[in-house]
Amino acid sequence: MRETPLSNCERLFLLKAIESKKRLDGRQTYDYRSIKISFGTDYGCCSVNLGKTRVLAQVSCELVPPKDSRPTEGIIFLNLELSPMASPAFQTNRQSELLVTLNRQLERCLRNSRCIDTESLCVVSGEKVWQIRVDVHVLNHDGNLMDAASIAAISALCHFKRPDVAIQGRDVTVFGPAERDPVPLSIYHMPVCVSFAFFQQGTYLLVDPCEKEELIMDGLLVMAMNKHREICSIQSSGGIMLLKEQVLLLSVSGTIWILRKEGGKFGFVESMPKERITALKREESLVEMTDVQETADQIISKAAAGHEVVPSPVIVATGTGQVGEGLQNTWGLDEEDEEEESGTKVEKRGTGSKSEYACLPVSVFLH
Amino acid sequence: MAGLELLSDQGYRLDGRKASELRKVQARMGVFGQADGSAYMEQGNTKALAVVYGPHEVRGSRSKSLHDRAVINCQYSMATFSTAERKRRPHGDRKSSEMSLHLKQTFEAAVLTQLYPRSQIDIYVKILQSDGGNYSACVNAATLALVDAGIPMRDYVCACTAGFAEGTALADLCHAEETGGGTALSLALLPRSQSIALVQMDARLHQDHLDTLMEAAMEACKGLSKVLDSVVRQHLQEVSVLSRD
Repeated sequence: MRETPLSNCERLFLLKAIESKKRLDGRQTYDYRSIKISFGTDYGCCSVNLGKTRVLAQVSCELVPPKDSRPTEGIIFLNLELSPMASPAFQTNRQSELLVTLNRQLERCLRNSRCIDTESLCVVSGEKVWQIRVDVHVLNHDGNLMDAASIAAISALCHFKRPDVAIQGRDVTVFGPAERDPVPLSIYHMPVCVSFAFFQQGTYLLVDPCEKEELIMDGLLVMAMNKHREICSIQSSGGIMLLKEQVLLLSVSGTIWILRKEGGKFGFVESMPKERITALKREESLVEMTDVQETADQIISKAAAGHEVVPSPVIVATGTGQVGEGLQNTWGLDEEDEEEESGTKVEKRGTGSKSEYACLPVSVFLH
Repeated sequence: MAGLELLSDQGYRLDGRKASELRKVQARMGVFGQADGSAYMEQGNTKALAVVYGPHEVRGSRSKSLHDRAVINCQYSMATFSTAERKRRPHGDRKSSEMSLHLKQTFEAAVLTQLYPRSQIDIYVKILQSDGGNYSACVNAATLALVDAGIPMRDYVCACTAGFAEGTALADLCHAEETGGGTALSLALLPRSQSIALVQMDARLHQDHLDTLMEAAMEACKGLSKVLDSVVRQHLQEVSVLSRD
């Protein structure tokens, strides 16, 4: 289906608004939309909401023979898919320009910047290495897919844990999650992309364009940075002409933005330190596990309370979920904090007291 | 690759150049008779061929034509024998598609497309030997081909790569320096107005070094523009001598 083009009056209206420093949703020039990150029950499953843009990332791993040119390094494979459910403009089998651009930028941001230690993924040199595959699916397109995809990919990689292996001579034993705890990936730094949209031949600049703003922009500059003030990649697209000073200025703004992101103003940071500052240090209890039915309620209550107010993860649930009318969670009885939280949450929704959930007979393992 | 020194103590790089020295550039225009414009460019060991057809009517679907501008169609491909290991897919893979997109972008900014509404300009570039700086060689070759075809442009589009090693910026990287794991910045510049048509950077670089890196790349591009200009003038002289007889 062909995308309906933006009408001329909408275009003029948006441009005029940008000239007077106003945006359609009331943001300032350098404001980002609110970011919500939630993790799923599997290790390596992450969903990011950047305003209305929704992106889902899933990490999986497999033992494969390594590349001939690099026998001691693991392989990172990134794949981004534009599903037609995200926007009427996306069609399933077409290799569109946008898809190529997003995929390459994601590869450059994550693979070329060496954010993951690939040498640690080697099991038997020259024979078996881990291939880490990151699949990113775009669920809803409301502009700025690049940033959302990069956040989702890096969060999912940080969340992911691979099975533990033991090597005895030439025998390799891969332990399942029940036998030995899975091992997290070793991640050096977390690069995140920041997008700048240019209008009127570079005169006006916006951060985090929404879909309508993307349709009228002249060009885009994507900068991937990490919080050590290192630029991981720069990519300009669209036929705009820049001056060197503009690029330098943008790199400074990019740094400020990344530091703010990590500094705790938005939900992004609330999740990140919990998961890991160093990938090796991750406690079980702090892993966010979201039950699909509960997510909507939690987001509403969270939004009402404000991001800064909620320090603890959204919901904790073990792999079991409840299917049925009761809509009650079967909480993991191992950890006390989870019980307390579950207790409060259950009371909030008023569906029953704490004692009820323990004896509910119907439970389904979600895996 | 451990142990590969990008910059030795005396200030020499892997191929004996100094930090800001460019590789030898040789170029020829009008190499093919059939095409409207063509050029062959050598930058060190990297060899690129560019061919331009146009402006002509939009081929294929009419919906692609723009009512006020010309459409620029670029295709980038690498010969299978261009790299050390034989290339399986010369075009159609992601890197080639991305490169084609970047070339299209670069020339959309430089060519005066408003003069040819509802038409199409095709630019085909092929890398015959790849030794680093593929994108730059393509852009430079395509600029010469466009000049040969007589298509008006705002300025020469010159492109160059730059890297960073031990506090110094290196201009015009070769393959070993690019894949060594250090920073590689590609820049396409219009020298007279100092405006950047495309900037692309891989690998990590601290923000404070960005200025030095960009300066080095821009200087290299300006040097290249002088070379390209002399090539064009020389070609014009040759052609005018021939047509006079």
